[in-house]
Amino acid sequence: MSHFHIQRKLNRRGFLRGTLHGVAVSVALPFLDVFLNTNGDALAASGAPLPRRFGTWFFGCGMNPARWTPTTEGENWEMTPELEPVASVRHRINIISGFSVLLNGEANQVHRTGVFGTLCGGAPKAADTVEGPTLDVLISDQIGTRTRFRSLEMAATGSSRHSTSLRNVNSVNPAEPSPLSLYTRIFGPGFADPNAAEFVPDPQIMLRKSALSIVGEDRKRLEKLLGHADRARLDQYFSSLRQLEQQLELQLQKPPPLEACYVPKAPGETVTDTEIGNVIKNHALMSDTLALALACDQTRVFNMLFSNRASSLRMPGSADTHHTLTHEEPRDPKLGYQPRATVFVQKSMEAWAHFVKTLDAVPEGDGTLLDNCLVMAHSETSEANSHSVMGLPIMIAGNAGGRVKTGLHVSGIGDSTSRIGLTMQQAMGLNIGSWGTDQNETNRPITEILT
Amino acid sequence: MHKTLPLVTLLFTLLLTGCSSGDIDAQGGPVAMRRLTPEQYRNAIEDTFGSNIKVEGRFEPGSRRAGLNAVGSSLVAVTPSGFEQYEALSRNIARQLVSPELRGTALPCQPQSENAADDSCAAMIVRTFGRPLLRRPLTEEEVSVRTRSAAEVTNARRDFYAGVELIVISLLVAPDFLFRVETAEPDPQAEQANRLLLTNLSLASRLSYFLWNRSPDEQLLSAAEHGELTDTEGLARQVDRMLASDQLRGGVRAFFEDLFLFDAFEDLGKDVARYPLYNARMAEDAREQTLRFVVDQLVTRQGDYRDLYTSREMPMTRSLGPLYGVPVHAQEGWETMVFPPDHPRAGLLSQASFSMLHAHPGRSSPTLRGVFMREALLCQTIPEAPADVDFSQFAQDAEAVHKTARDRLKVHATKSSCKKCHRLTDPIGLGLERFDGIGKFRTTENGATIDTNGDFDGRKFADAAGLGEAFAENPVVGACLVENLYRYAVGREQANTERRLLKHLEGRFEELGYQVPALMREIALSEGFRTASRPKENT
Repeated sequence: MSHFHIQRKLNRRGFLRGTLHGVAVSVALPFLDVFLNTNGDALAASGAPLPRRFGTWFFGCGMNPARWTPTTEGENWEMTPELEPVASVRHRINIISGFSVLLNGEANQVHRTGVFGTLCGGAPKAADTVEGPTLDVLISDQIGTRTRFRSLEMAATGSSRHSTSLRNVNSVNPAEPSPLSLYTRIFGPGFADPNAAEFVPDPQIMLRKSALSIVGEDRKRLEKLLGHADRARLDQYFSSLRQLEQQLELQLQKPPPLEACYVPKAPGETVTDTEIGNVIKNHALMSDTLALALACDQTRVFNMLFSNRASSLRMPGSADTHHTLTHEEPRDPKLGYQPRATVFVQKSMEAWAHFVKTLDAVPEGDGTLLDNCLVMAHSETSEANSHSVMGLPIMIAGNAGGRVKTGLHVSGIGDSTSRIGLTMQQAMGLNIGSWGTDQNETNRPITEILT
Repeated sequence: MHKTLPLVTLLFTLLLTGCSSGDIDAQGGPVAMRRLTPEQYRNAIEDTFGSNIKVEGRFEPGSRRAGLNAVGSSLVAVTPSGFEQYEALSRNIARQLVSPELRGTALPCQPQSENAADDSCAAMIVRTFGRPLLRRPLTEEEVSVRTRSAAEVTNARRDFYAGVELIVISLLVAPDFLFRVETAEPDPQAEQANRLLLTNLSLASRLSYFLWNRSPDEQLLSAAEHGELTDTEGLARQVDRMLASDQLRGGVRAFFEDLFLFDAFEDLGKDVARYPLYNARMAEDAREQTLRFVVDQLVTRQGDYRDLYTSREMPMTRSLGPLYGVPVHAQEGWETMVFPPDHPRAGLLSQASFSMLHAHPGRSSPTLRGVFMREALLCQTIPEAPADVDFSQFAQDAEAVHKTARDRLKVHATKSSCKKCHRLTDPIGLGLERFDGIGKFRTTENGATIDTNGDFDGRKFADAAGLGEAFAENPVVGACLVENLYRYAVGREQANTERRLLKHLEGRFEELGYQVPALMREIALSEGFRTASRPKENT
């Protein structure tokens, strides 16, 4: 019997008093392999199955459709020049090509329509609006409420504004802008190592909870004063407050042990900007930290941004950025593409492969962390030069705890990207039959990749 | 005590001449619930707890609407990650406050015993800190719930100061601290039932954030509590007192930081190989230079807003010296540099802050500079580039062939789908091309001479100084400032019922010699500023 059960039997009042005094309430048993059931997919300690996680991985300014898209479908899809960097992880991912954001009569807003169309299931209607929430928020509403963080956003470009995750246009989840800030948020104060021998709840937690509960009493008074739109903003404030209360609640309990979890080494201060070398380095450091955050079940939803929409990536010493190159660099007549802009496509695919490998390198159960993840890589455009939102480059990594198979190329031939969003939600256990708006509404998941 | 500026005398003189904006019938739009900006948060901490308390942490980014974070502040929510940061900040502040070094001086009372609850001291702490933070007196219920919880924590921990921490955290994460929640009530004298008046306390906050970018001070708060802001004289007394205070500098500065998009400095990066001169200190000083320049011209000298575009006096630091190509004698701090009449540096548009911000990491951008001038300084809207632009004509436009930006951008001027917008942005942007991507002066690009001649809405100019003169003469520049300052003050776009007022304010700005503090006074005393309409309800 583990201390997890012992703890639940403690008298609540006595337990709380104990935590206020900072008394250790339990001593852990050594970690044993018997925590896994015979299938290797459950924690015997708590009886809970290994968590499933969902994430997005974003890269800006797309690819060259003719060089990226495989010509053959199915399992043994023929390798293409721009997918070469992912060759080593091809059995761990699916290539999803040919899916588009259908404009439904709306203008194609450059560098916006593609990403928010894919993530929200419909083309945004005007420059200042997005019909949220994004896919990750929908999924975190279901699976993110019992972990310390509802979701984690991070940007390898160093800007907290570079985020694709939003509940609505007025509530964009800011990104962690550096490996150190990401690390500190997760493994800094407030982190309880699930495998630690001793568990000492922080005596400040009760004080903090008490402060938050005082604020909860302001709600009714304020609601009366507000119009419809501001009431919704106040609701949002209180949901955020509840999320923190949830975090604190979890921190009062000894977390169930997790075999794959350990505290990684802290990254140092790094230079954060859009110079490609720095971005690659920061992305790798963030990926390492994120992988352990997932293994330690600190969150089940994440959004990793390698480069922003209208990618600001740049080579050292260059006057141009990835984005300006896609518009201004001459197409090499012999090669048939823009060589300098295309270097960034290559770098993006390399980074994606690195990310996939990082998750796949963490052992979990009888497989790896990646087996229990589902990660959608995407961009705001296919061919950036013309801002095309047709045939967007999408890749799906991981198996969502056995619900998704990988190694395939599926072509959508002009279908809405909502089919992908629907598939993701169903694979993550959401009980929905259709998703998307107007032309982008669909009830057809991509069954080819579902088990 | 605040230093009294001679400004106040001038304002009274001006009030007697011309028609005050308070006489123009107008009705404001709905009241707002505005999230504090990071600067406002810091100011509130300083005003409440003193300047010894450090505010260390991040804030979630603002959202710019109608060109201003001030307008976006009425629309943004608090995300889970944003709330986490607020709570972490609150704990850090509470911890500093009860530290043995500070507790003796920073708290309004000392407990009977450090190990036991002291309800009367705790209640005093709640009232003393709660009032400036929530910008209103606290209700008995608000005080007692905190006192009770503080006693519980104190008893459990045998530590009075743990209870104080709880009090401080509970105030700093409160929704009506983090948001300025404005309220309004029916105007007893109005004929239309829809016409509302801001409550005295809401008006006090709106006024104080507008003029000082901080919470109302005790004088204003107590005037509001006594209902003194309802009549124009009472309001004017407070407005004039506040305009005469040194704190006005912070208010004017905050407005221009917002208008000039200076929050973008947070994410600014330059290619160090292209710009070996560039460093973070230089960027910080460039930003500070412009703000000092503006506040000095508009507040200290009570100058004409239009002169910002032509003035040849600029504050300078040692780190800016190499960028401006001038010797700076002061080792530390600022000194004023006066550029001679034939020097390329004249006015705001020639300052490095603008050159850096509205450029790419590795080169300048006449288009981005043009968009900024049109949108922020002239209140015009430049649409996003259409998605279906045929970029193939750029294919031959490599820098090797077309050495200057003017040559490379020619296609914008010839192709009809580009021309619509680029004829607005590029000609004025090209006027600044002699300032490179970090604002260093140059005369050539890729060996070819840079031509800065152009035409700004019918007026010809030869270079940046000429463009600055053209800006100073253009009546749209003043009118746009009025519009922006008004939106900033009320935290929303202007309502239809404020159109006449805006028009009137534009005229007054001219009559008042384009003095910004005088314009602030007109706005603060206008009907639009203190009235409101009911919010739109979609049920």
